[in-house]
Amino acid sequence: MIEFTAVTKQFSDGTVAVDEFSLVIPARQTTVLVGSSGSGKTTLLRMINRMVEKTSGEIEIDGESIYKLNPVKLRRSIGYVMQNSGLLPHRKVVDNVATVPLLNGVKRADARQAALALLDTVGLDRALADRYPSQLSGGQQQRVGVARGLAADPNILLMDEPFGAVDPIVRAELQQELVRIQRDLGKTIVFVTHDIDEAFLLGDQVVLLEKGGRIAQAGTPAEILSKPANDFVATFIGADRGRRALKVEVVNGRNVVVDADGRPTGVLQS
Amino acid sequence: MNWVVNNFDLIWQLTLIQVTLAIPPIILGFIISLPLGWVANRFKLTRGVLLTVSGLLYTIPSLPLFIALPAIIGTGILDPINVVVGLTIYAVALMVRQTADALASVDPGTRQAATAMGFSGWSRFWRVEFPLSGPVLLAGIRVVSVSTVSLVSIGSVIGVTSLGYLFLNGLQRDIPGEVISGIVATLVIAIVFDLVLVFIGRLLMPWTRADRARVSKRRVREAQAEAVLS
Amino acid sequence: MNFIQQGFAWIFDPVRWSGPGDIPSRILEQLGYTFGAVAIAAAIAIPLGLLIGHTGKGRDVAVALSGGLRALPSLGLLIIFALAIGIGFKAPLLAFVILAIPPVLSGAYAGVEAVDKRTVDAARAMGMTEWQVLTKVEVPLGAPLIVAGIRSGILQVVATATLAYFASGGALGVFINDGLVTRDYNELLGASILVTALALVLEGIFALLQRLIVPRGVTAGQIAEVRSRPTRSRPTVGSPIQEGK
Repeated sequence: MIEFTAVTKQFSDGTVAVDEFSLVIPARQTTVLVGSSGSGKTTLLRMINRMVEKTSGEIEIDGESIYKLNPVKLRRSIGYVMQNSGLLPHRKVVDNVATVPLLNGVKRADARQAALALLDTVGLDRALADRYPSQLSGGQQQRVGVARGLAADPNILLMDEPFGAVDPIVRAELQQELVRIQRDLGKTIVFVTHDIDEAFLLGDQVVLLEKGGRIAQAGTPAEILSKPANDFVATFIGADRGRRALKVEVVNGRNVVVDADGRPTGVLQS
Repeated sequence: MNWVVNNFDLIWQLTLIQVTLAIPPIILGFIISLPLGWVANRFKLTRGVLLTVSGLLYTIPSLPLFIALPAIIGTGILDPINVVVGLTIYAVALMVRQTADALASVDPGTRQAATAMGFSGWSRFWRVEFPLSGPVLLAGIRVVSVSTVSLVSIGSVIGVTSLGYLFLNGLQRDIPGEVISGIVATLVIAIVFDLVLVFIGRLLMPWTRADRARVSKRRVREAQAEAVLS
Repeated sequence: MNFIQQGFAWIFDPVRWSGPGDIPSRILEQLGYTFGAVAIAAAIAIPLGLLIGHTGKGRDVAVALSGGLRALPSLGLLIIFALAIGIGFKAPLLAFVILAIPPVLSGAYAGVEAVDKRTVDAARAMGMTEWQVLTKVEVPLGAPLIVAGIRSGILQVVATATLAYFASGGALGVFINDGLVTRDYNELLGASILVTALALVLEGIFALLQRLIVPRGVTAGQIAEVRSRPTRSRPTVGSPIQEGK
């Protein structure tokens, strides 16, 4: 469990990215922070592994303040996956995956063995292990990034728009893959995105952020969809538009679901 | 200090000579490398050839070049032309690569947009590519300017008078003040030239002053680093 | 091309290949200045450059310093040192160290700076210490530019070491001085050819070395990159325009 208590971050240029932010992120679930740019979502994520230091407030992991820990040690215990994969271009795929275990002092042979197994976990062919990152496709690089994030077997996995830079088809694949991995591994995932569909797809808990890290609404996707807290949320999730505003029409005696434009999207099963 | 006061006229005369010898190579280097850099950037084959040749020319030490030039171009060994030609060769050698890089630094999207708007090749070069590559070109000329000003004095080793005279004479007569005045005068010329170039740059490229030009600033920083390295 | 033949004839005259002050010993002196000065410059400038590149602090000071040092005429510098600390090898060496610092320093900080900030960010986020970020990520990825700086320093000094004779410091310039004094144009040309050849050989060796040092993974993806970012993927590696080449 990760707990933010009245956390504020003011950058040196004076902008307040996050103002008095409080949130409980439950263990072994996926929490998605979603918002537009400037909502402070990435800042919040990076505060968990102290890549961004707080101005005030408190962040605890399982009841222990992260500010009592050495930042380097803390980061090695938390997986991190970023948008451009952030792989080290001069190291082979397998060595990239094994980076954190090696930093933690795991023997080279063991770390490589474990890294190969992780390639299986994220659905990559082991034949790619000896390639360099630049020889992989964008989607493959992101898979390696996820494998690297999981390599030290962390309880917490931070994901910063990890699928933002790949094309929609690959993104859908990666999203499904993540759902499967999370079903198997049950990590505490904190996921940042600006894509509300992705948030609803992946999140057990979805946290909608307004400017300055203000929580517009937090809850399960169903809760947010069924009862948007305010106009901002309703607009952001598109509650009144397209396929979020479904209604039922009876056609040939069956209940057909149509969207806001009247286009059929499916049939209700009774 | 006494020496400087008593010989101010000499220092001033030599400074003027140094300036006269330094300006033509800087200007000629820029003008000559423009078409060469364009060709180097445009065609893959010529790029390799031109950049290799300019790299090799650049490697030739200046003193040997000043010595060999009279034999090649038929001038007298004391002729100041040797120094001007030699320094122009260095300026071109440096600027060809810099010009090619400068033209390559123009955003391909911008170039395509210009073509799509109906610029012909010639006017696209002068109205879009050349101005946009200006910051990187300027970084290159500034490096050429500093090097040229400082290199002119080597000519005095083979008898072409310049501020280098103060170094050699100061050594012979054991007058540190004379040598230092030569160094200071060289530095002053280099700084004035640099300020003039920056000023011209501001005048001709007002858009680089705006803060939103951060991307191109980063390119210029890279270009500066690379030019300094060469 | 008659004069070049005469220059070569001067070089290959057996008289100049034995005895005190022969060509091999002058070449060794020239190389001694070159590698000595660049080694000292590297010991000062590389740690400093890495620090500047890593922290991003002091960059403007470094740029100004490099620019200022570059504007110093090495001949004047060498002579003022000779007048100050006496003739011999120390004054030229000191002047050449100052000559070599700007390119080595710029190479070091530019090398670190050129590393993709996102890669560095990811390395830190994975839990690398600052030292590990520097040694495992920034130095290997910045190595081509760091070596380019050293290469540039070596080429500037090997060219300028010819001037050491002004401080009675030996090296190949001794022949040029002799040629000037005795008005022996063949000796001037011969010495010039030797200095140029030495510079070209070192340039070739370092060009090769620089190619070898590019990290494997970076070359692997370079074909695609060359088109999109020509100025970044291929560092400029000219040689020196500097005093007394």
